[in-house]
Amino acid sequence: MEGEAGDFKVVLKKRPRYIIEEKCTGCTTCVEYCPVQYPDPFNQEISDNKAVHVFFSQAIPLVAYIDDSCLYLKENKCDICRGVCQAGAIDFKQTTEKKDVSVGAVILSAGIKPFDPKVKDEYGYGRMQNVVTSMDYERLLSSTGPYEGKVLRASNKKHPKKIAWIQCVGSRRVAEGENSYCSGVCCTYTQKQVILTKDHDPEVTCKIFHNDIRSFGKDFERYFQRAEQLPGVEFIRSYASITREDPETGNVAVRYATTDEGVKEEEFDMVVLSVGLNPPADYKVLAEKFGIELNSHGYSRANHSNPIETNQSGIFVSGAFQGPTDIPESVFTASGAGAQCGEFLDYRRWKLAKERVYPPERDVSKEEPRIGVFVCHCGANIGSVVNVPSAVEYALTLPNVVYAKEQLFSCATNSAKEITDLAKEKGLNRVVIGACSPRTLEPLFRDTLREAGLNQYYCDMANIREHCSWVHSKQKDEATEKAKDIIRMSVARTRHLEPLQEYDLPVNKAALVVGGGIAGMTSALSMASQGHEVHLVEKEKDLGGMVRRIHTTIEGMDVQAYLDDLIQQVYQNPLIHVSHDATIKNVSGYVGNFITTVDTEGRTKTIKHGASVIAIGADVYKPGEYLYGEDDKVFTHIELGELIAGGDEKVVNAESLVMIQCVGCRNEDRNYCSRVCCSHAVKNALKLKEKNPGMEIYILFRDMRTYGFREDYYREASEKDVKFIRYEPEDKPRVEALEESGKSILRVTVPDPILGQRLELDADILSLAAAVIPSASTAEIAGHFKVTLSPDDFFKEAHVKLKPVEFAADGVYLCGTAHYPKHIQETINQAYGAAGRVMTLLSKDTVIASGSVCEVVENDCVSCGACITACTYDAIEFIETEKGKKAWVNPILCKGDGVCNAKCPTNAIVLKHFTDEELCSQIDAAITDEDILCRIDCAMGSE
Amino acid sequence: MCSGRVDLEFILRAFSNGQDGVFIGGCRLNECNYITHGNYDALSNTHLCRKIMEHIGLNPERLRLEFMSGADGNLLAEVTDDFIKQVKTLGPLGTSEGMDGKDVKFKLEAARKLVPYLKLVERERLRVPVKSEEAYTAFFESEPVNRLFSELFGDKLAVSQIMLLLKEKPLSTSDISEKLDLNPSDVSRHMNASSRQGFVRYDTASNCYMLA
Repeated sequence: MEGEAGDFKVVLKKRPRYIIEEKCTGCTTCVEYCPVQYPDPFNQEISDNKAVHVFFSQAIPLVAYIDDSCLYLKENKCDICRGVCQAGAIDFKQTTEKKDVSVGAVILSAGIKPFDPKVKDEYGYGRMQNVVTSMDYERLLSSTGPYEGKVLRASNKKHPKKIAWIQCVGSRRVAEGENSYCSGVCCTYTQKQVILTKDHDPEVTCKIFHNDIRSFGKDFERYFQRAEQLPGVEFIRSYASITREDPETGNVAVRYATTDEGVKEEEFDMVVLSVGLNPPADYKVLAEKFGIELNSHGYSRANHSNPIETNQSGIFVSGAFQGPTDIPESVFTASGAGAQCGEFLDYRRWKLAKERVYPPERDVSKEEPRIGVFVCHCGANIGSVVNVPSAVEYALTLPNVVYAKEQLFSCATNSAKEITDLAKEKGLNRVVIGACSPRTLEPLFRDTLREAGLNQYYCDMANIREHCSWVHSKQKDEATEKAKDIIRMSVARTRHLEPLQEYDLPVNKAALVVGGGIAGMTSALSMASQGHEVHLVEKEKDLGGMVRRIHTTIEGMDVQAYLDDLIQQVYQNPLIHVSHDATIKNVSGYVGNFITTVDTEGRTKTIKHGASVIAIGADVYKPGEYLYGEDDKVFTHIELGELIAGGDEKVVNAESLVMIQCVGCRNEDRNYCSRVCCSHAVKNALKLKEKNPGMEIYILFRDMRTYGFREDYYREASEKDVKFIRYEPEDKPRVEALEESGKSILRVTVPDPILGQRLELDADILSLAAAVIPSASTAEIAGHFKVTLSPDDFFKEAHVKLKPVEFAADGVYLCGTAHYPKHIQETINQAYGAAGRVMTLLSKDTVIASGSVCEVVENDCVSCGACITACTYDAIEFIETEKGKKAWVNPILCKGDGVCNAKCPTNAIVLKHFTDEELCSQIDAAITDEDILCRIDCAMGSE
Repeated sequence: MCSGRVDLEFILRAFSNGQDGVFIGGCRLNECNYITHGNYDALSNTHLCRKIMEHIGLNPERLRLEFMSGADGNLLAEVTDDFIKQVKTLGPLGTSEGMDGKDVKFKLEAARKLVPYLKLVERERLRVPVKSEEAYTAFFESEPVNRLFSELFGDKLAVSQIMLLLKEKPLSTSDISEKLDLNPSDVSRHMNASSRQGFVRYDTASNCYMLA
C-alpha cells in the first residue's frame, strides 16, 4: 500500500482459484468426480474433501476452487473436472492476479485465529485421538461437518457418552505460548456446545471444568442457567489437566480437584479443549504493511476514546482485531468503522454508484395469464432426485401455462438472461421458477422479470429443492410427483397474481438522538460530520449522562477531559441542535419521516427527522442491603471512584477496605450480569493501592468477569496483594456495624469453603458493586418509538447477534447502556455503529417500502375495528369516507404479516401478494380431481 | 406472511377439498419474526378450529400446529413424519369418524359459512389474556369456554346446516330433524327464529319450510 489517507493505492494479490467465478454455478458435479481426497481444511481436517471443492456450503461466492493437491496442478495428470463441468468453468491456466485498487480509507478486519493447543504438549492435542479443540467440536456438531452432524470419536467412530470440556485453554495463562488475556467468548460457546450436545443425544454426560463463568453478555446469564440445569451436565470449578490416554479404549483421563472430594482422576470418551482466541495469523505483516501499532498481545493498539481508529489516518480496525470480541461487538464495530470511513470520505459519497435502468413496465393486467414455468436441475441437487423433464412436461398441461423449460441452473447469469429473453419472445406475463427457497433467490428472479418489462410481483417460486429433492433423495418417484404438486400449486397461485407497486418514500435527512451521554453525543457527532443535521435531546440540564461520575477507566483514560472535549465538540458543531431539560411528548410517522414533539426549557419543539437513535443510558441500582444508606462508610463503586478521584482522606487513608460484588443483579429480581462492575472493582483497588500501598483490600466476588485485556489488571491487583474471596449466592457476606476500641468499623463475614467457617474482615470502608439497571424512562421511550424490551427491561435489538444496533421498527436505532451495561470503549464503538447504520438510511434520498402490504376494500368494510386491534404496527386507522367510517391501511407502516386478514369477518382487508384468492387457489390445487376420483373409487370399493 | 395469516377458512377449505390432515408451521412462540406474535393468533385459531372439528364429528387430531425456527429442519422432518403416521392411522377423512364423504363435506360447508361469525366471537369472547402456550390450552379446554362455544356455535351450526338443506329443496320439520339427527323441538325453535329473521318461510300447503 502506498499513498495517504483519502488516496491510497493498494495492490492486491489474488491467488488462482482455477475456476472462472462468473461461470461456476456451485453445482459441485466436479467435486463428485474428482479422484483426489485430502483433509478438508474447513472441517478441521477431520474428514476428507476433494482437490476441487466449494470451501463451505454457505461460501460467498458459492463457487468451487482447486487446491494444490490437484493431480493436474502437481503432475499434469488428470483433468476429469474439466470434462464434467457443463458450465465450462474450469481454467487451469489461471495465474496469480495482481489488482490495483484506489481507495480513500482501509478497514482492517482480519478476524482471529483459534489458539493452537499443540504448542503445549500437556494438552495432548494431536497426541491423543479423542482430545479435540472446541473448533473441531463445533464442526462435529454441524450438519455440514465431517460426519454430517454426528459427534463421533476419532479412535473408533463411535458416539462419545461422556465428554469433558476444559476451559481457558490458551487464555488467562501467563505461560510461554499462551495468552494472559481472557478470550471472552469461550464460557458461552462451551455452554452452547453443551446444549447442542444434549440436543443431539440426551444420554451424554457433560462435565465442564472451568475457572470463573464469564456470562457477561446480554442474556448470557440465563443461557448459562439453561445449560447448567440440563440433566447430566455438571459445571466443576477446578483446574483440570489431561493425564493419560487409555491405549485400549482411547479414553482420556482428566485430573481435577473439588472441595468435597479432593483430587481425583476420571476417564472421558472425549475431551474438548475450549481454546481461546489468538490475533490474526499474519498480524505482524498487516501491521507493518499498513504502519499501524499493535499492543503487547498482537492486536491493534486501541485509542481508548476511539478504538476503531489506528495511529494511521484513514486506516480503521473492526471486529476482533481490536481484541477478542463476540459477534454483536464485531458487528457494531464493523458498522462503526463504516461510519468513520463515511466521516472521512463523505464528500465523495455516491460518486462511484451507477443507477440501474429497467425497461418500462408493460401493463398486462388485462391479458389472459400466460405463464412460463422454468424448472431448475440445480446441477444434481434437484435433477438427480426429481425427474425434471417429466415435471416440465407436466407443467405444460396446467391451465394458462404456455411455455415450460428445464434449466441446468436457473440462477446462473445466462439462465436468468434466458428467462428474460423467453418472457419477451413467448409473450409470457407471469413466471414460475421451480427451483429453491424464495429466501435466497427471489430477488434475482424478480429482477429478471423487471428486465423483461414485467412487474416483479408476477413471479412465484415453487420450492422443489428444500421442500422436495433435499428431503426425499431416496424416494425419486414420489419426489417427482411431489415436485409436480408443488409446481401445480404455484401455477394456480400465479394465475391470480397482481402487479404491485413499491413505494419510494422520501427520506428526511435529519436525525434525532435521544440521550446526551457518551453514546448519544458520539453518534450525533459522527452523523453531523457526514453532513446531517442532528437533534440531540437530553433530559437533564447538562450533557454527559452517567459518565460525569466516572473519572478514569481501568486502562487509565482521563474520562472527564474526554467528556469535556466531546461536549465542546457537540456545542461547536453547527449541525447539532441540543435540547436540554427535555421530555419527549409524542412521536409519529415512520422510517424516513418521523415527527417528534419535545418539551424543552419551557417551550415545545416539533422536530422532523428521518431516523431516531435511542441512547438513553442506564441507571445505578440503589442498594437496600449491606447497610447502604444507613452507615456513612458504605458506598457504591461509582461513589468510591468519585471519592478516590477527589482524594477523600477517609477513603485514601483507610486501613482496610472491602468490596462486595453482584449487589442487585445476578439474582431473582435481575437475572443478568452488569458486566462492568468487576473491572470497576479492580480499577478502584489499583487506584487505592497506588495511593496507599499498605491498604488491606478484599474483593468478595462470585465470578471475576474481567474479560478481554482487563484480565491483566485483575492479575496485577492480585500481585499487589488485593485479596479476592469467592462467595456463593446462597451464603452471602454479612455486614454489621460495630464499635471496637473506640473506633467504629464494619465487620464483614464471609464463608470460607476450605476452613468451613466464616472469615471475619474488619473494614473502614465498604464498597458495593451496585447493579446497572435500565433507565427509569425506558418503558416510556419504548412506547413512543414502538420498540420492545428484553426480559431484563433493556431495549431489545432486532437481532441479538446480527443486528445489535437496530430495532424491529425501521428507522430506529440503539446504542450505549440502554442496550445493555457496557464499558466506555464498548459504548463508543456501538455509538459509531449506530451512526453507521443510520447513515445507510439517511444517505439515500428515498427508502423503498414493499408492495406486499394490506389494503381495505372499502365497500366490504363494516368498520368493526378487528383489523385495527390486530395490528401491532398501528398501521390501520379509521378514516371518514363518503360511505362513512372505514378502515385504512398506511402502506408504509404495514409490514405485511397479514394477521388482520385472518381477523376480518368480511374479508374486506387484503394482504396483497397473499390474497385469499391466491392462497385458496393454491389450497384447492393441492388436491387434484384424480386424487378425489381415486378416493371415491376406494370408498366405493370398501362398500 | 405470518402464521397468524392462516385463516379458519383455509383450514376448513382444505378439509372440505378432501385433505385428510392439515399441518400449520409457525415460528417459535415469543420468537416472532415481526413484532406481532401472530403465532399466538395461529394458536388460538387452531384451538378454535379443533373445536369446530370436534363439533361436527371430525377427529381434531387431523389438524396440527407446530412451532419451529428456520434452523429446526430436523424438528420439521420429525413432526412431519409423526403427523403423517398419525393421519395414516386415522385413514381418509371421515372413515375413522364413521361419516361418509358427503356428510363430511356438508358439515364442513355449514361450518365454513360460520367463519365470519366465529371471527367476531373470537374477538369479543374468546380472547386469552395471557400469552403462553399453557394458558391458551387451559383457556380453550376450560369448562366455561366449552359451554360458551357449544352455545354460540352449536345452534349456529344447526341453522347453517338447515339452510344448506333447504337450498336443495323444501323440507318439513320432521324431514330436517331426521336428516340432521336433531331433536324436533330444536328444529322448530330454529325454524321459528329463522322465519322471524326472514330467512325462511313456511308453506302451509306442503307443510314444508323453504328459503325465503
